[in-house]
Amino acid sequence: MHVETPPASANGPSGPPVRVAARDVTRRYGAGDTAVDALRGVSLAVEEGQLTAVMGPSGSGKSTLMHILAGLDRPSEGQVWIDSTEIGQLGDAELTALRRAHVGFIFQFFNLLPMLTAGENVSLPLELAGANGDRAWVDELIERVGLAARRDHRPSELSGGQQQRVAIARALVSRPTVVFADEPTGNLDSSTSAEILELLRHSVDAYGQTTVMVTHDANAAAVADRVLFLADGRIVREIGRCSARDVLAVLEEVSRG
Amino acid sequence: MRRVALRGLAGRKLRSLLTGLAIVLGVAMVSGSFVLTDTIGRSFDRIFDDSFENADVVVSAKEATSSSASRDAPAFPATVLDEVERLDAVAATLPSIEDEARLVGAQGELLAAVDSSLAFGVDGGRNDELNPLRLLEGEWPQGPGTVAIDAGSADGEGLGVGDSIGVVANGPVRDYRIAGIVQFGSSTSIGGLTIAVFDLATAQALFAKRDRLDAIQVAGVDGVASAELAAEIRPLLPETARVRTAAAQAEQQSKDTRSGLGFIQYVLLAFGGIALFVGSFVIANTLSITVTQRVRELATLRTIGASRRQVLWSVVLEGALIGLLASVVGLFVGLAIALALNELLAALGIELPSGGLVLAPRTVVVSVLIGTGIAVAASLRPALRATRVPPIAAVREGAVLPASRLARLGLPVALAVVGVAVALLAYGVFADGLATVARLLAIAGGTLLLFLGVALLAPRLVSPLAWLLGWPGARLGGVAARLARENAARNPGRTATTAAALMVGLALVTFVSILGQGLRTSFSESVSELFVADYSLNAGNDPLNRSAAGAAARAEGVEVVSAIRGDDAQALGERVHVNGVEPNVGEVLQLTWESGSDRVPAELGSAGAFVKDEYAEEHGLRIGSRLALRTPTGDVVPLRVAGVFAEPTGGSPFGEIAVSSARFDRSFTSRDSEFTFVNMRGGVTAANTAALERAVAAFPEATVETRDQFRDRQLSQLDAVLNALYALLALSVIVSLLGIVNTLVLSVFERTRELGMLRAIGMSRRQVRRMIRHESIVTALIGAALGIAVGVFLAALVTRTLSDQGIVFALPYVTLVVFVAVAIAAGVIAAILPARRASRLNVLQALQYE
Repeated sequence: MHVETPPASANGPSGPPVRVAARDVTRRYGAGDTAVDALRGVSLAVEEGQLTAVMGPSGSGKSTLMHILAGLDRPSEGQVWIDSTEIGQLGDAELTALRRAHVGFIFQFFNLLPMLTAGENVSLPLELAGANGDRAWVDELIERVGLAARRDHRPSELSGGQQQRVAIARALVSRPTVVFADEPTGNLDSSTSAEILELLRHSVDAYGQTTVMVTHDANAAAVADRVLFLADGRIVREIGRCSARDVLAVLEEVSRG
Repeated sequence: MRRVALRGLAGRKLRSLLTGLAIVLGVAMVSGSFVLTDTIGRSFDRIFDDSFENADVVVSAKEATSSSASRDAPAFPATVLDEVERLDAVAATLPSIEDEARLVGAQGELLAAVDSSLAFGVDGGRNDELNPLRLLEGEWPQGPGTVAIDAGSADGEGLGVGDSIGVVANGPVRDYRIAGIVQFGSSTSIGGLTIAVFDLATAQALFAKRDRLDAIQVAGVDGVASAELAAEIRPLLPETARVRTAAAQAEQQSKDTRSGLGFIQYVLLAFGGIALFVGSFVIANTLSITVTQRVRELATLRTIGASRRQVLWSVVLEGALIGLLASVVGLFVGLAIALALNELLAALGIELPSGGLVLAPRTVVVSVLIGTGIAVAASLRPALRATRVPPIAAVREGAVLPASRLARLGLPVALAVVGVAVALLAYGVFADGLATVARLLAIAGGTLLLFLGVALLAPRLVSPLAWLLGWPGARLGGVAARLARENAARNPGRTATTAAALMVGLALVTFVSILGQGLRTSFSESVSELFVADYSLNAGNDPLNRSAAGAAARAEGVEVVSAIRGDDAQALGERVHVNGVEPNVGEVLQLTWESGSDRVPAELGSAGAFVKDEYAEEHGLRIGSRLALRTPTGDVVPLRVAGVFAEPTGGSPFGEIAVSSARFDRSFTSRDSEFTFVNMRGGVTAANTAALERAVAAFPEATVETRDQFRDRQLSQLDAVLNALYALLALSVIVSLLGIVNTLVLSVFERTRELGMLRAIGMSRRQVRRMIRHESIVTALIGAALGIAVGVFLAALVTRTLSDQGIVFALPYVTLVVFVAVAIAAGVIAAILPARRASRLNVLQALQYE
């Protein structure tokens, strides 16, 4: 049997290693006449230390793509690799192990645990994994996201931007192979969004944190190293780092079809 | 993850509190039962230890036919004392009579129940160190007219040495001069018991025990072991006496008391168990709703690395913590309950021996284990549900829990459980030759399974029931009530579990009421059939001294007095109840004969007997059959069956065998009558009643009753038992009430946004409250409908088997209507808190919620 392996590097053997890859991924919801094809064959490779943004109009399949890349959903066909592990066939226990070691999440609605303090939310992934926790690293992250003074506050006592900072620190705490950010600025006002984006960019630059971000915010995409545009379940365009205005122009173009 | 569970619990205070309360009540009942019975038990132990403080061995009376202790055991010949004293190993002896004598207060009232009215015949000044009684004041009684009484009675009546007091001792009341005040052992008061002490000869004369003794306390010479002494005495004793070392005697008496307490304990524990069973529904439901509301949170935990097992444990841990905390609280509430029961009993005059509550380690361990265990067991299903929360639910709006595999098999599983339950019940009820314990276990297990099965089935019944039962409310309550009906049905599983908790309590209450109704009916019919006398003379439920019958016979206008004696004996290898009937019994009781005729009682002679139809059938007896009766004194009486009596289904005054009163009085030592009936010239008239009452005025324990009074007194006793059962079951209903409150509070929380919307489009606070209240009532009515149905089914099944004992199946319609009213009231009460919370929602905030 032919064993398919992910491409080592999009830029040839000498480029940075690929951390997340997809090949010919399709996703169909439902069956028969009412079936909906959310993804119609997507292949991509995310290189280490890059901030990749996935953009597209609503219904383009960008959320589905991220769920599948992150192992939250399974592709109907095709394969997904995280750090050379094909995740399509993994069972629940293996996926749990994968999430502990390789994946961090940032959500649109922050998804902090309301009963834990900011600090406890940050170190929770380490505790779940049974690690004693690198206290210095937790402290550094909390310092870095600017919440040292709010460490013992509950999420309900924090503003939206502060909550998302906690979430970012939580995503980074396990030093995952890749962080998936799902509309991280979708629930924030524009000035707070800018701070959050800066923080995300900083985590890529300072720690080399590979990050995949789904967004429909052109300003968010503008901080990415690379922007993938999705329409009707396919990647229709890819651009490098550019301004928000350029992103909007491309988006309008692909939305028109 | 432990922190998540702990903090979660703290963050969901109200629901944790309500859930915890559901356990607290059940555990309190369990620990209260233990504490109460342990406390009573220990107090008695102390008394028994006191009574043999200085004795080495004790010779006591026993029945020849039984090995168990009995206060009615015939006294043994006093010659035993002489033989015991002749032994070299014996240093000192104290012979005594132990009987019953009732002290009479200044108003002619009896100071204590017959079982609590002790009499001793003992000579003071003779080996007082062996005497369990201590003289506090005055002298030991000496001579026929003197008595010593206990300090508690003396204080209560304001009597002292030299005063006079009425005493009922095997005959009419007589006045005695108080020679002294005594106490038993070291306790001044032993649980409302009264004590009358006579000198030995007086007691022997009073209690018809001339030349007989009930007990001898014996001290051995130094160096002789108690067991050795007992072994020396044993060969000297007749069949109706036994010797034990003082320690063994105290232990035996304590064991006998404890076996009686054990029964009370089991009954109370059973009701605690039912409350816990109901509580488990409440916990399961609350945790299940909590899991549903925490889907997003649980999914987030999964995405950041929590394994299924960690999620499972966090929910179980939450349940265990609620259970543990509630158990500890329940343990102490149980102490309070035991204390309150103690006070209650004291208020009722049943003062228990004092000396503080006993909290045995067993009580703590069992209470905490059972409370925590129930909570953990109830949390398993919600915990398993929680593990099925997919990580992707963290990012999906309005994600719902996937149905479990079990849920897809819901109907077949529920039907299977109901089927097994019914099979088990039918086996328990109808199977032949089953031991009582096996039968009870099968019925209890079947009932439990039936409750579970119906609870599993209930989600499917909720929609139609809500529609049906919510109809009147919807007609009356307008749009709010119509919405309430829909709300009750929109989460069938949740409503079903909530209602199922109420179902359990109501089913048992219904069962009890139907059984009670059956008992009432059959007992009343039986009295109507048998009782043809004008009057009955009773001492409440206690036997009446036979001399009262003699006194009644002297009343003017009396035509017939017939006293029915009774005692236990042995026949055909079993213990049987034997009655002695006078020849005229046919004039006061209408007996029906399976074989023989109305002449049988008059022609019994010294060897004739009539037997109950059931007993005759069991042993193949018919007219002419012979059997031998062995009496408690050891005598063997040969009998010939002269008739077979067809007992009415509701019971009769007769045991298995009846002999003539003459025969009975020769062979049994019982001095009482179980029943005394009187016919008077002119029947029941006010003048006759007064004449009869005058005639027995010297018997303060005697009451004169007509047939209706006789029946109503017994029925009111049955009602008292039923009311006690209702009160114990009310605990379970209260627990289920907490369940309704909890479910509604959680539903209101969940529908915050929707409520805000309803308020925004014009629903008034009143309408919001009405909507919640109606939902609560509909839920309660579903519980009532299921409960009454299950209760009627169980009662129909059980009355079926008891039909040969005359228990008919009769629906107590009025009572059932009352139960429905109680359910509605429960619904209204349960809705108070949730309705208030819902109506106070700030519209704007509610709309912005989340």
